Amino acid sequence: MDLLWDAATPLTANELRAALEAGGAAAGGRDVAATTVLTVLSRLETKGFVDRTRESRPHLYTAVSGRAEHTAELMHEVLGTASDRDAALARFVGQVSPEEAEMLRTLLASRDQA
Amino acid sequence: MYAAAAVLALIAVALAWPVPIALARASWPSRTPGRALALWQLIALAGGTSMIGALLLFGFAPFVGSGAADAGLLLSGLISGPLPTGVGAVHIVALGAAVLLGAHLLLNLGTTAVRAERSRRRHHALVELLSSPVPGRPGTRMLDHAAPVAYCLPGMHTVTVLSEGLVELLDRDQLDAVLAHERTHLRQHHHLVLLAFTAWNSALPWFPIANRAERAVALLVEMLADDTARREVDAATLATAIALVGSAWGDVAHADVLGAAPRQVSATGPASAGPQASPPVTGAIGARISRLLAA
Repeated sequence: MDLLWDAATPLTANELRAALEAGGAAAGGRDVAATTVLTVLSRLETKGFVDRTRESRPHLYTAVSGRAEHTAELMHEVLGTASDRDAALARFVGQVSPEEAEMLRTLLASRDQA
Repeated sequence: MYAAAAVLALIAVALAWPVPIALARASWPSRTPGRALALWQLIALAGGTSMIGALLLFGFAPFVGSGAADAGLLLSGLISGPLPTGVGAVHIVALGAAVLLGAHLLLNLGTTAVRAERSRRRHHALVELLSSPVPGRPGTRMLDHAAPVAYCLPGMHTVTVLSEGLVELLDRDQLDAVLAHERTHLRQHHHLVLLAFTAWNSALPWFPIANRAERAVALLVEMLADDTARREVDAATLATAIALVGSAWGDVAHADVLGAAPRQVSATGPASAGPQASPPVTGAIGARISRLLAA
């Protein structure tokens, strides 16, 4: 996925495999089977992360949206600022108002001095 | 029959209004959050069933036979008329309301569960793409983001997600406290309780008690997780971790989510607060911290 995000142009499965092997060689070298790449790609496609052009052969793969967009989507859900409230995540600390945050800072400061 | 229906209706009204208000105002739930959580669930369940039960009792009051025979009699009366003697429009309305209310509550629980599951799966997939596993800590993943966040994802493969910002903000003991807290959420399946109350709230949006109940339950769940974490780590460490993450939160939430670093925290507090006078922190987070420090 990182490779698709970094690539400027759509890649074929074979190009991806070559790039993966090149990256893997640096980290100790491992062979990546073409079928593995295709399996991962099709799984990413069902999840809506990867797009495939069907006109050309071999198929070209692109990332649907960039890493930054995905991070933004994730963080919106994590911070509870997403529009849909369905993702009720059990956060360690939920939403805190600016006034509460200010009070917490004062509390921490007074404990440090004590 | 009418007397029984009236008693049930009274119980339903009591459970819908004065009892939850009293429970939300009481101070003992913060000392025994587990008991309070069970009581909230009991109130919600008993309130719903007694309301539906009162309507059913009232509607079936003119009937004399057994339940099943009555229902058959009513159905044939409704389809091909005439209705049994003594059955008026009020009774039909009451029965209809009972069926509608029951179906509405159940359907809402169903759709809320399905939607939550769908967005949880999507979130899980995003987390897998954007985070990396933490070596030595199975089921924990690290998210490359400056905002200090920690949360857990329930499901088949439970995950606790920490952010780089959190690891930078907290020391090792405080991180252990956070992880112990999140593990409790997962182990005690807190998301299921929260789901039920979210569904109840969305089914009755005009009903302020449902909203109050949802918030109360969310806080109790956090307190329960705090209590379990406290068995493994020092209470003051946990309280400090909560305060640190909370104080950074105000800045994070209002900064752009994409912005790398949160706005610099102002180091000076209000001038009026003396160094020794620890100010009372209000709100849900204040309640969590003060009970940890008091223990």
